[in-house]
Amino acid sequence: MTSGYEPLTSIEAITAGLGEVGYISTAQISTAVFLAHGLRKPILIEGPAGVGKTDLAASLGRWLDLPIIRLQCYEGLDEGKALYEWKYGKQLLYTQILKEKLNELIGEGDNLSKSLGKLADFEDLFFSPQFLEARPLLNAMQQDKGSILLIDEIDKSDEAFEAFLLEVLSDYQVSVPEIGTIRAKVPPIVILTSNNVRELGDALKRRCLHLHIGFPDHVREQRIVRARVDGISDALLSQLVRFVQSVREADIKKRPSIAETVDWARTLLLLHAGSLDEQFVRDTLNVLLKHESDIAAISPQIPKMVREAVGTDSGGRTASGYPDLG
Amino acid sequence: MERQISNFIRALRSSDVKVSTGEALDAARTVAMIGYGDRGLLKDSLACVLAKSEAEKDVHDKLFDLYFAASNKRSSAQNEAEDREDGEGDGESGEQDAGDTAEQMIALTQPGNEQALATAVERAAEAAGLNDIRFSTQTAYYAQQMVKAMGGEALQARLLEALQRSGAEADADAQRMIDARRALTMAARERAERAFEVFGAGETEKFRDDVAATKRLTALEAHDMARMKLLIAKIAKRLAVKHSRRRKKTSRGILDVRRTMRANAGYDGVPFNVIWRQKKRDRPKIVAICDVSGSVAAYVRFLLLLLYSLKEVIPDLHAYAFSYRLGDVSDILEENEFDGAIKKILREFGLGSTSYGQAWSDFKTDHETVIDRRTTIIVLGDGRSNYGDPRLDLFSGFAGRAKQTIWLNPEGPALWGTGDSVIPRYAPYCNQMSHVATLKDLERAIDEILTTYS
Repeated sequence: MTSGYEPLTSIEAITAGLGEVGYISTAQISTAVFLAHGLRKPILIEGPAGVGKTDLAASLGRWLDLPIIRLQCYEGLDEGKALYEWKYGKQLLYTQILKEKLNELIGEGDNLSKSLGKLADFEDLFFSPQFLEARPLLNAMQQDKGSILLIDEIDKSDEAFEAFLLEVLSDYQVSVPEIGTIRAKVPPIVILTSNNVRELGDALKRRCLHLHIGFPDHVREQRIVRARVDGISDALLSQLVRFVQSVREADIKKRPSIAETVDWARTLLLLHAGSLDEQFVRDTLNVLLKHESDIAAISPQIPKMVREAVGTDSGGRTASGYPDLG
Repeated sequence: MERQISNFIRALRSSDVKVSTGEALDAARTVAMIGYGDRGLLKDSLACVLAKSEAEKDVHDKLFDLYFAASNKRSSAQNEAEDREDGEGDGESGEQDAGDTAEQMIALTQPGNEQALATAVERAAEAAGLNDIRFSTQTAYYAQQMVKAMGGEALQARLLEALQRSGAEADADAQRMIDARRALTMAARERAERAFEVFGAGETEKFRDDVAATKRLTALEAHDMARMKLLIAKIAKRLAVKHSRRRKKTSRGILDVRRTMRANAGYDGVPFNVIWRQKKRDRPKIVAICDVSGSVAAYVRFLLLLLYSLKEVIPDLHAYAFSYRLGDVSDILEENEFDGAIKKILREFGLGSTSYGQAWSDFKTDHETVIDRRTTIIVLGDGRSNYGDPRLDLFSGFAGRAKQTIWLNPEGPALWGTGDSVIPRYAPYCNQMSHVATLKDLERAIDEILTTYS
């Protein structure tokens, strides 16, 4: 059986492939994906919000042209919503429609036990795959060429669900009592994400590969913004990334993530900002910082930060131009 | 090669990275997949497979660099050794006299033979069982064992012989051997130190933690404080994990009619899925009343630090401090950084002669309403009330309103009731009266309290 995972041949291929669909990977990320495929293990990704945890799954799906099946976790999520459910309505409707026919067939039996035996035959009909409503986990197992199963924000689910997930993820199979065991045709690549709302159980952590994605460094962030925002000038890009990086070092409640950098870059572009200046930053800071107290904390430092972000850049230019002046 | 990975995992385990057998197998499969060729790749991969949190990743990266710096030399050295053995296979008769060994050892220390020296050192490390090193004091011992394994005795014999002879040539010979011996010892020592960093350092930290946890809290010195804070954080995490799980308990027997009907609406009301009523566990609610007079103050710090580190499990936490007058210190603890808060509390409440009676009457007037049937009252104090009225009437009232009353006493049972201690008179109203002298005691006490809420 052919699976859709063939392009995952080497770490370089993964980095390049993800790059094609606009995801700027790192050695760690590509290694994790490579191992996840090689060892058939889920990847558990931790890290601050908005650094591209979910996006990794989406990009993988886009690159490999595989379906992305997403299971968003929340408190109270249970098997019925994650795995499968019987289509009660359809079952009921079919029995109603087939009532006559059933009566005929069952009525043929001379005595009660014969009728019952016949009825038992139909039971299997009504609990067959036809009436099975596949939820994300089962759905992911049924894909012919494999799939990317994204279990998002697993830390928000209950512990009971976590335990249930262990069973599914260890063998990539699901048992439906009425039908039997459904084994994945091609095991999906499973990506779990966590924002550390709650400490995950050891058992789950031990069964997954662990990947921590932190805030990107200057170079990577520039590449990411360039890939996402069309037509941004080099000067502005380098300045704004430098500014964001220095904001992240400040003592604030919520540090801006890549998603916010990208939004900010788009905002600045929309305002036709050629380069960073104090007024622009002041007017658009609410795109970058989402807490009133953070904005208040950063505001007094804006002139200094802008000077530093712009300064190093233009400083480089004057240094090269300086001999002419002298 | 398998040995390399299993030893590395041993090193990780000794540094408190919990690697399960399954993960060890994964690591072996990973290595089989990607090989040892690319160190950066190997590091990223093993970090992915073995280290499952940010803290563990830090430890892993540090150990990886240390360990594979050592084993890098070893593997290349081993290859060479194998080559050599192939070549010499039949030439060697296995019989070597002391002279040869000594000469070989001297040759190792000559410039240009670094690779051969590294090989010899690695072999000696293997022979001496260097991976069992646990404490830094063992480095000298292991270095000695390694020199011995390399043939140090032969060198020693030659040296003695040379010293007995006289003449310039013999002196030079002796000097040569002394230099060689020193160089070998240095190399062995360096290797042993690195092995300690990899295999022993974590173990030593653990040992120190154990010592700190069982030391009397008043006997702790200033430089222990940082360690204690880390330890308390660890304990808090352990307790939090233990007690934050399974908030629900199914009690079979009582039918939850409302929810059963709802769940079975789809079956035309025929109850296929029966839902039983669930007993909700109470959220722990703790009122800590702390004597902050001189004799008990040292303990208060640890109790409060532990309780406040458990905020996740005990959302409803109130702290009161007294020596003469009693006051609510929850706000001070919430608003200030911990050390500052403790200082402030001691300054505000720590003066004045202890009076339990006065404290209880203050508590009665201002704060009694915080106690309800879910509350655990923790009293931390030595019960020495300077012969004042203990106001048992008030205390029994509080104890009666609360779920339970636990008295933690830094004094040993032998001292209870001596002098101005009124502990025995409070005892009948407390569910438990325990002696708390070390961090271990404290952990046990808090663990027991939280267990009553499960």
